[in-house]
Amino acid sequence: MWPFIKKEFLHIFRDYRSMLILFGMPVVQVLLFGFAITTDINDAKIAILDHSKDPVTRELTQKFLSSGYFILEQNLHSNNQIEDAFRKGEIKEVVVFENRFAEKLKKEGRADMQILLDASEPNTASMLNAYSEGIVNTFGMQQLKAANKIPLSITTESLMLYNPELKSVYMFVPGVITVLLMLVSAMMTSISITREKETGTMEALLVSPLKPLQIILGKVSPYVLLSFINLLVILLLARFVFSMPVQGNYALLLAESVLFIVMSLALGILISTVSKTQQQAMLLSMFALMLPTILLSGFIFPIENMPVILQWLSHLMPSKWFIIIIKNIMLKGVGITYFWKETLIILFLTLFFIGMSVKKFKVRLE
Amino acid sequence: MRTVLYILQKEFIQVFRDKAMLPIIFIVPVMQLLVLSYTATFEIKNTRFVVLDHDKSVLSKKLVSKFRGSSFFSFAGDATNYEEAEQAIKKNQTDQILIIEPDFEKKLNQEKSAKVQVVTNAINGSAASLMYAYAASIVSDFNREIIVEQTPLKNLGLPIRVRSSYWYNPELNYITFMVPGILVLLVTIIGMFLSGMNLVKEKEIGTIEQINVTPIKKHQFIIGKLIPFWVIANVDLVIGLLLARFVFNIPVAGNIFLLFFVASIYLVVVLSFGLFISTLTNTMQQSMFISWFFLVVFILMSGLFTPVESMPGWAQVIVKFNPVSYFIRINRMIMLKGSGFTDFQNDFWILTAYAAAMFIFSTARYRKTV
Amino acid sequence: MKQREEIISVENLVKKFGRFTANDRLNFSVGKGEIFGFLGANGAVKTTAIKILSGLSKPTSGKAVVAGFDVSRHPDKVKKNIGYMSQRFSLYEDMTVKENFRFYGGIYGMRRKEIRDRTAFFLKNLGMQSFENMLLKKIPLGWKQKLAFSVAILHNPRIVFLDEPTGGVDPITRRQFWELIYETAAQGTTVFVTTHYMDEAEYCERVSIMSEGRIEAIGTPAQLKEKFKVSTMDEVFLKIARYKE
Repeated sequence: MWPFIKKEFLHIFRDYRSMLILFGMPVVQVLLFGFAITTDINDAKIAILDHSKDPVTRELTQKFLSSGYFILEQNLHSNNQIEDAFRKGEIKEVVVFENRFAEKLKKEGRADMQILLDASEPNTASMLNAYSEGIVNTFGMQQLKAANKIPLSITTESLMLYNPELKSVYMFVPGVITVLLMLVSAMMTSISITREKETGTMEALLVSPLKPLQIILGKVSPYVLLSFINLLVILLLARFVFSMPVQGNYALLLAESVLFIVMSLALGILISTVSKTQQQAMLLSMFALMLPTILLSGFIFPIENMPVILQWLSHLMPSKWFIIIIKNIMLKGVGITYFWKETLIILFLTLFFIGMSVKKFKVRLE
Repeated sequence: MRTVLYILQKEFIQVFRDKAMLPIIFIVPVMQLLVLSYTATFEIKNTRFVVLDHDKSVLSKKLVSKFRGSSFFSFAGDATNYEEAEQAIKKNQTDQILIIEPDFEKKLNQEKSAKVQVVTNAINGSAASLMYAYAASIVSDFNREIIVEQTPLKNLGLPIRVRSSYWYNPELNYITFMVPGILVLLVTIIGMFLSGMNLVKEKEIGTIEQINVTPIKKHQFIIGKLIPFWVIANVDLVIGLLLARFVFNIPVAGNIFLLFFVASIYLVVVLSFGLFISTLTNTMQQSMFISWFFLVVFILMSGLFTPVESMPGWAQVIVKFNPVSYFIRINRMIMLKGSGFTDFQNDFWILTAYAAAMFIFSTARYRKTV
Repeated sequence: MKQREEIISVENLVKKFGRFTANDRLNFSVGKGEIFGFLGANGAVKTTAIKILSGLSKPTSGKAVVAGFDVSRHPDKVKKNIGYMSQRFSLYEDMTVKENFRFYGGIYGMRRKEIRDRTAFFLKNLGMQSFENMLLKKIPLGWKQKLAFSVAILHNPRIVFLDEPTGGVDPITRRQFWELIYETAAQGTTVFVTTHYMDEAEYCERVSIMSEGRIEAIGTPAQLKEKFKVSTMDEVFLKIARYKE
């Protein structure tokens, strides 16, 4: 058994090019996404159509532009230009002030403005609208207060738990770790095993005195190590480059990660037992898994907001459970009593994948 | 040209003979388009909140009922102390805690000011800021209501009325927005994987040598490899557009021929990129990893899921080299806004230059001699 | 000796991989229609030479002219005139016999009718008409080797390079394979073949024997046996190997 494992290790670690790819790419991705991906919006390009051009509209425009959310791309002069501005696709919002804005505000105590949004990107549009209304309402409240029209007030105090600066990276690092571990581990094993099948070397191994289980363990163990090293590197980057805290227990974090790696590898083995060629294995492990792992795991989009059927479907995504676990340990700093259910689910999936592959494997041998 | 036809014939035979591949190429994208288009929403609804009411007065109960009546919030229980409420956040049973201070009603009546505290689970920062904004607006509406109640004659609305209108998608239907984008991603992934694996597969099984010893021209070979995947990806695109039309009810607002014309150019970029990776690598495993790397970068930095404007400057430069973001943009413009060629001609020319460059790279990089 | 028209001529050919010299100053020539055996203990070294001659690999220095063209300057012109059968089996396993023939014929620019006729001719000659629509992966190795050879000469090349064509094949198939080689040579095609079976060396008209990257002996089997005063090619080979030590 040991010589076989040793051979597998040598086989992998001697291939410098693959090693570079395996270790280099996750690092690049974590850095890239950690810095670049954020769901906040800032510097959205807007156009302003000011029919009034008075001190109040100018002041309000200034409020928009100094908020950090918006930058002025274009000043429009007539309603006909709006359509054109949107069609070019750069401008996300047009702010329209009605005629005699300041005058109406003063005389009638009321003025109208319009916020037009390019809602072909609805997520951005609704966020921009929320920002815009916030700016206008705050401005309005200030006007009211200045006029001493508020006899009593309830103030709202905000406390943001776990992520007081609302950094996007807190959300994405757990997601990136999960996606990388899952895809890299599942991909690596499924490909390496189908490759032996395709080149015919699997038969040589099968006629050897090694048991099928030993063969699989031998093939998988180098990848456990590889994935574990990847995990450490990503965690170090998260800790020291993105200053992500680890509030909870490091040992627990590593143990849960190893469990998840083993599960991913088991999934990889299962894929390799159902596919005949490397090409099939790759398409299954990457094409079939890539987008669902990203989209149905709560990595970017919160699962609670999805249609109920998809919420059910997301229960099948192992990545979802692991993301919950990492966030719990790293950010909330809670112990296993808070996520033993998620842990059990991953454990169960691991056993399920292993069981299925052993069954498939036996069927093939008979 | 006849030579190219023979390569085409061979590639098609090989693709269609592998019965396990066909469902992956044609069924999996359909399933994914149907399912995944529904996932991508930041829309906040049903924010769960736990109430920690230290006052338990008429007024505080009224404020809580405002929250309970809002469609954004869903009541997740009362807590008797802060520890209990915090546990609920830790156990992921709630997203927010609404804390009403002791003597809330009394203070408001006597001192004319009182405090409400909103504690939010901020791991998802942008969702947290929206959740807080909704909570704060409920409190301020409530504030105005009681002013109006207490001083009946005063008409206290905000002085500036904002009317928002959402163009092109008045109901803020995110499906409409995602379908064109996810469709582009699926076509891209299929194209890049198939082309990325193809050449290197011939290297691995040794048939490439038999090809290299023939007098075939390099560009003939690359074209012969490109066209089959180009056709397959276009077929996937047709299927996707049919689904968009008949399942999601999103007709192509613009010119459908223009859409396919741009798609054809775009696919040359993607497929040449895949073939280029294929020429650089020795094994399918390496080729897959590199394709995967670029695909993940292309997908996450395409602007489909997160806004490009919010990225730091250097990342926006990287996005400029991301073909996926160009085509998602153009595809959405044609499908949703009915834009014409002049509306996106800059993007189009960049894509064309990209296609030419990638084709030349992959042809130059493919070596018939070692 | 008949009037000899050279179709391959090699002068001072050197191929180095880093510090390892695979081919060290090779000099030889092959005449038109000849069956030339290229022997040596190290398979990689022979394959390297074959790859240079067929335009797959560039020499480090020296010159090789094949079918009238310099291989490093006009590899594509060389390729038009040669056929090649590699050591690794390189027909497409997931295509039928007919499809493989059609594909390779097509990329050599043959007409459809010509491909059909030649395919029919070869299959009949091999007695494999019933295999026409069978997937390659369902066909036994020995038959596949014969098919690969037929594909290599489908376009009527002036020279065909065979790299260990009979490796792993049973003795009867090997004999049949050599009959094919003779038939091909009889039609004027030059055959350049590497092998490590010394009995096969006897079938060649001329052979060269390599050791440590150099050609140690060249001539007809009869000449070599006489020179080393032995009765079989096997012994010639052993003598050269011992002599080197």
